[in-house]
Amino acid sequence: MIIAGITFYALAAVAVAAGLMVISARNPVHSVLFLILTFFTAAGLFVLMGAEFLAMILVVVYVGAVAVLFLFVVMMLDVDFVQLREGFLQYLPVGGIIGLVMLVELILILGTAVGSPEISAGKAGVPIPAVEEVSNTKALGQVIYTKYVYVFQAAGMLLLIAMVGAIVLTLRARPGVRKQSIAAQVGRSREDSVEVRKVEPGQGV
Amino acid sequence: MVTDTHLYAAATPEIFMACAAMVLLMLGVFRGDGDTRLVSWLAVAAMAVAFALVWMMPGERVITFSGGFIVDGFANFAKLLILLAAAIGLIMSMGYVRAEKMERFEFPVLILLATLGMMMMVSANDLISLYMGLEIQSLALYVVAAIKRDSHRSSEAGLKYFVLGALSSGMLLYGCSMIYGFSGSTNFQAIAAHVGESGQISVGLIVGIAFLTAGLAFKVSAVPFHMWTPDVYEGAPTPITAFFAVAPKIAAIVLFMRAMIAPFAEATADWQQIVVFISMASMVLGAFAAIWQTNIKRLMAYSSIGHIGFALMGLAAGTADGVRATLVYMAIYLFMNVGTFAAILCMRRREGMVEGIQDLAGLDRNDRPMALALLIFMFSMAGVPAAAGFFGKFYVFMAAVDAGLYGLAVVGVLASVVAAFYYLRIVKIMYFDDPAEPFVKPIGPEMKVILTVTSLFVVFFAVYPAPLLEGAQAAAAALMP
Repeated sequence: MIIAGITFYALAAVAVAAGLMVISARNPVHSVLFLILTFFTAAGLFVLMGAEFLAMILVVVYVGAVAVLFLFVVMMLDVDFVQLREGFLQYLPVGGIIGLVMLVELILILGTAVGSPEISAGKAGVPIPAVEEVSNTKALGQVIYTKYVYVFQAAGMLLLIAMVGAIVLTLRARPGVRKQSIAAQVGRSREDSVEVRKVEPGQGV
Repeated sequence: MVTDTHLYAAATPEIFMACAAMVLLMLGVFRGDGDTRLVSWLAVAAMAVAFALVWMMPGERVITFSGGFIVDGFANFAKLLILLAAAIGLIMSMGYVRAEKMERFEFPVLILLATLGMMMMVSANDLISLYMGLEIQSLALYVVAAIKRDSHRSSEAGLKYFVLGALSSGMLLYGCSMIYGFSGSTNFQAIAAHVGESGQISVGLIVGIAFLTAGLAFKVSAVPFHMWTPDVYEGAPTPITAFFAVAPKIAAIVLFMRAMIAPFAEATADWQQIVVFISMASMVLGAFAAIWQTNIKRLMAYSSIGHIGFALMGLAAGTADGVRATLVYMAIYLFMNVGTFAAILCMRRREGMVEGIQDLAGLDRNDRPMALALLIFMFSMAGVPAAAGFFGKFYVFMAAVDAGLYGLAVVGVLASVVAAFYYLRIVKIMYFDDPAEPFVKPIGPEMKVILTVTSLFVVFFAVYPAPLLEGAQAAAAALMP
């Protein structure tokens, strides 16, 4: 129990510190790297709670795809982050108010959960078995292709539309782009490209 | 584990549509953009087959996919309307697509997928399947709105629609999570049972309903969540606007009715006041804001906001009669709007499409049949007696009065009087103003057929209204036994 507690506080401290570094690091590449660290520690926290599937997904999806995508964007787009950061502090009052509102909301939600126990009584459609009996990956596997097959398939259609949409909106024939034509390159002969001329001395070509 | 595999057949039309969309996608990929016309006609054929499949469905209520999917008379009626609207919309778009050189085979496929999403919406019996259906429909439509990539306005319309649509989805999800949290289930029947047994509805649930209503009001473009409508209608290519104005509106309003009545029939008093307000505000804004418009697509946007207000009046009544009135209203709205947009799509000069209301000046002398058809649609939209639109309004007013919502009915009548001004102004411009340059003629045989059939429906609805009324009656009875 003590070890779990220590691990939790260690991971939580790292997560908060890395989160702070994400927004305060001067170099955007460092920001992204700290973001990856935050994701990893959050995944550790999930494992600690017994949610190993979420932890895995967090690492695979967020670290593997999203963070790397950020890295690409940061490296490939020429965004002047120093200029972007100018007047950063002027957002502090608004940001502070938003943060405060969110804090109050969180406290309210927790207060309702404590105040009216019928909400947290667990009236969910599927009874939740103990973690020892069924791991949550297995639990998910049991319902996703049976009880939720309809919405699962619908989600598949949704992703198909997203893919088709992305292609429709970005793929278009652009005039004036030079493409490599390997056949033309290979088919070139010496006669096409080299010409021998007799140059008179002192006159140039 | 729940096993209801034997009932999966209830979703045959949806499964067919999904498979057809994927097959057509493959066909398009292999044949290229040159065969857009073929893919379009095949998509129309797929919708026709789905129409037949829905038509042959037995009327009784089937709930399957572990309570996520419901098929009843109400859903089937709505699906028939949606498939009809989508198929006509696709047929209308073909000529335009060819003339404007925006032939992309993905366009009919995306329309097919959007239609699939709408069918899933009206068959939703669960907050999760509600959301999935809504997102499938919306995502396909965001792309379609921006499909004319080289047009600045089309891209802007797509982006605006996407950002605001995402915002509304966020509100809807927030409402869903509140409802789930305070009732313990996402299933409509389970929520209804919870509301029924607790007797009194909790504050959390009311907050959830309010947010759900806000999200749905956004999708039907009801005031105060209508801001996107004029810009998107104006910016999107015209046949796509024509599609937006009909099929998604029907799906969203049917979903609105299901999401209010199926789980919250016991709490009618709690959501009724929200719907009454939305309905009133939409009618008033639709009537006044349209007066100053000079672009006919923007005018149609405000007109559709107003019509949604009238249709919601039936829902506000919260009775089976009200539901029937809304369904009849939406069916008539389908014919009026399809016809009007068919006429707008014929507004083509040598230099391209024109959209100004003044471009219609003296249409009577240039093209008498088209002017006559537009006259019929404008009279019907204004609610002039004997045209179909009058009966649509009449039924919703009756439902509202029967439910004791006198204030709403009075506002509705006043709003329809104000709205009549701008509809009749178009008639005046067509018949009494000096003729503008005529439109170029070749409008295509399919447009002629659509204009003729819709205007005949609007004129002669009063003669033989029984099939539509009985269908809507049965559908309403399925939702509210």
